[in-house]
Amino acid sequence: MINAVGREIPEDILEMTGKEVFHGNNYFDGHVFQKAGAYTKCVINSHGSKVIGSIHEALVKCGIKDGMTLGFHHHFRDGDYIVNMVMEEVHKMGIKDITICASSLGKAHDPLVEYIEDGTITNIQSSGVRGKIGEAISNGKLKGLAIMRSHGGRVRAIETGEVHLDISFIGAPTCDDYGNCRGIGGKSNCGVLSYSMVDGDYADHVVAITDCLVPFPNFPAHISMTKVDYVVVVDEIGDPEKIATGAAKPTTDMRKLMMADYCTQFVVNTPYFKDGFSYQTGVGGASIASTISLSKIMKERGIRMRFGIGGLTKPMCDLLINDQVDALLDTQDFDLAAVESVKDLRHFRISAGQYASPFNKGAVVNKLDFVILATLEVDVNFNCNVVVGSDGVITGAQGGHPDTAAGAKCTIVITPLLQGRTPAVCTEVTTVTTPGESIDVVITDYGIAINPIRQDLIECMKDVDLPFKTIEELRDIAYSIAGKPQKVQFGDRVVGIIEGRDGTIMDVVRQIKPFEFSE
Amino acid sequence: MNPNKKRLRRTMMFLNAQKPGLIKDPYIYAPDSLMLDLEDAVAENQKDAARFSLYHALKNIDYKGCERVVRINGLETPFWQEDIRCAVAGGCDAIRLPKTESAGDVKKVEDAVTAAEKEFSLPEGRVLIMAAIESARGVMRAMEICEASERLFGIALSGGDYTKDLHTHITGTGIELMGARQNMVIAARATGVQCFDTVYTDLDNMEGFRQDVETIHLMGFDGKSIVNPRQINIVHEIFTPSEKEIIFSEKVVREIDKKRAEGIGVFTVDGKMIDIAFYDGAKRTIDLAKASGVYKGDL
Repeated sequence: MINAVGREIPEDILEMTGKEVFHGNNYFDGHVFQKAGAYTKCVINSHGSKVIGSIHEALVKCGIKDGMTLGFHHHFRDGDYIVNMVMEEVHKMGIKDITICASSLGKAHDPLVEYIEDGTITNIQSSGVRGKIGEAISNGKLKGLAIMRSHGGRVRAIETGEVHLDISFIGAPTCDDYGNCRGIGGKSNCGVLSYSMVDGDYADHVVAITDCLVPFPNFPAHISMTKVDYVVVVDEIGDPEKIATGAAKPTTDMRKLMMADYCTQFVVNTPYFKDGFSYQTGVGGASIASTISLSKIMKERGIRMRFGIGGLTKPMCDLLINDQVDALLDTQDFDLAAVESVKDLRHFRISAGQYASPFNKGAVVNKLDFVILATLEVDVNFNCNVVVGSDGVITGAQGGHPDTAAGAKCTIVITPLLQGRTPAVCTEVTTVTTPGESIDVVITDYGIAINPIRQDLIECMKDVDLPFKTIEELRDIAYSIAGKPQKVQFGDRVVGIIEGRDGTIMDVVRQIKPFEFSE
Repeated sequence: MNPNKKRLRRTMMFLNAQKPGLIKDPYIYAPDSLMLDLEDAVAENQKDAARFSLYHALKNIDYKGCERVVRINGLETPFWQEDIRCAVAGGCDAIRLPKTESAGDVKKVEDAVTAAEKEFSLPEGRVLIMAAIESARGVMRAMEICEASERLFGIALSGGDYTKDLHTHITGTGIELMGARQNMVIAARATGVQCFDTVYTDLDNMEGFRQDVETIHLMGFDGKSIVNPRQINIVHEIFTPSEKEIIFSEKVVREIDKKRAEGIGVFTVDGKMIDIAFYDGAKRTIDLAKASGVYKGDL
């Protein structure tokens, strides 16, 4: 069946998953459903501590068995030790057929490939995967189907009961003996625990793992003791060097600076750039540079930002320090400056559900004026691909891309026209991960294209001195330089699905096959 | 005269001709000229590879109006003749000769360019020449170098080698370059060719770069060699007439034309005393504004 972004979704996949094809961003607007619930074990007469001896003991007490679904968060990014520690223990116990439902997985989790190959892990649900897990999935090694879903989409899947978390593990930088977890403090300070909050609410069993046990009460708790069954203390839950690094030095790459300048000029010429606007940006060099240049113009024109959302980095937190923004709403911290900023009273922790879920009574992405995003590919229909590389291998993550793009009034995607020697603007993306209806503007080093569905933006830019082009013109320039790329050659087997944020199927990812030359 | 001799050359950006990633699209930064380098940036055993990449870039890439100058290897090397053949065959706009010390050096290049144009059946006189002066001897002979060839559009100071020859070094103050800069710009003006200043390599000191550009602008230079696209906007900003300058120059030109017809020699514009001596300067400002794309008037 062909979906709303023109992708053919095989009938057997629809049957197997019980899902619908993607019908458009607002298909489920007004939809009513009853939330799923978790089992809760009442603790009335405890001995005053939930600390137990080991991850093994926690798994036994939680009743680990074949076929269970385990939840994890990715606040420790490439410094995470939790997933590997837990899965090593699960593997040792001979448990099979586990579904991993993580907010994201990265290169830190390469050791999981062994467990994929031996059937310990048979399903993976994540915002994305990088490194060897991506290669394993794309080579057909995962027995089940990989599901790539956005941050908002994960909360939706859990709250609707589409996914039921049997045990969730929360890596907690600090935790007390009764399970009050905080993202702040300790050796593995990551600032916030936003992606785990839904796990706390919906997992049958919740295990906090910490390397910094603090006296009760560890308040204000980011995950409350009322949701935590057990606390395990280990030597290290992560590598601090890879969790939050020093702030990236602002880019000096003129290409990125130029795109950042185009972006800032575009933003300030829209009607949304006025006192009280809202803004979110990613962590790429051009995005960060555009935040820096935007702050200068805000100062010059006396314009304040009402709120900024993150994934936060230093330039966003600098807006708070310089009193240019009223509030920051935070789901993840990418550098030490952002982690430090969490202490500011105007810096608010929010859950992934508050941030981005399409299946609640309104998420903050719906209140965004601007979001500045990156992409691996964008096609002439403005569809973006942020997950599958030009070699056909799963190598990225949706993150909040589809959520913020759908929510913001003005969604800007910045990408160099050529990624290495591969055109980033193309006729048809390898895989659709964010639908073109969500993307308003594409900014490249060769020019800027506005989505024709945004005639209002085209109209308000008509006297603005920026290098505007059609998306087809940008594609043609890319092809004239690098040539028209041949399509990646895939096999028949579907190894993964790209889930729309509402749970429909946006696209499928097929097993790769070795390139076969043809004239 | 080749009409390109007098074109706008505020910025000349150096690029290693061997690096496809660099030479594929530098025009997006809109420098006036590109300096595709076969000399110092390219290792001795890579000269042929660099020529190959240069030739195909010149043949296949539309540089959107940026002038394509090729810096060849010096006359003391075995590479320069083949460099010229390859650059001319590719269709470059100009050849930059390094380490120029005499009119004879320029003439050698001129002969090789003429021969290459003939060999590849190209119109004679299309490819221009510029001479980089990198020694005390070259500076002292700037005048004869400027007059050596009809193809020569300008001279450029190369500060690194020049200061070594002078037994000093680049200080960032400009003191060590003062004499050469002054001598070269005077020689260039005296002979009607353009004059370009040396590179500024400290990319972490944009304020120092700005001061350097302001200095050479006041000295009368036509432009500056640059090593990074981040330097372009600063040079263009300083070398492009301001709106105030353009309005004033426009008034001066119009008033002089009008008063001349009325037989009046001296008068005032915006409170300043003006006579015919201001005419050429004002015209130049308008011409520069036009070439820089900031003048929309009808003069």
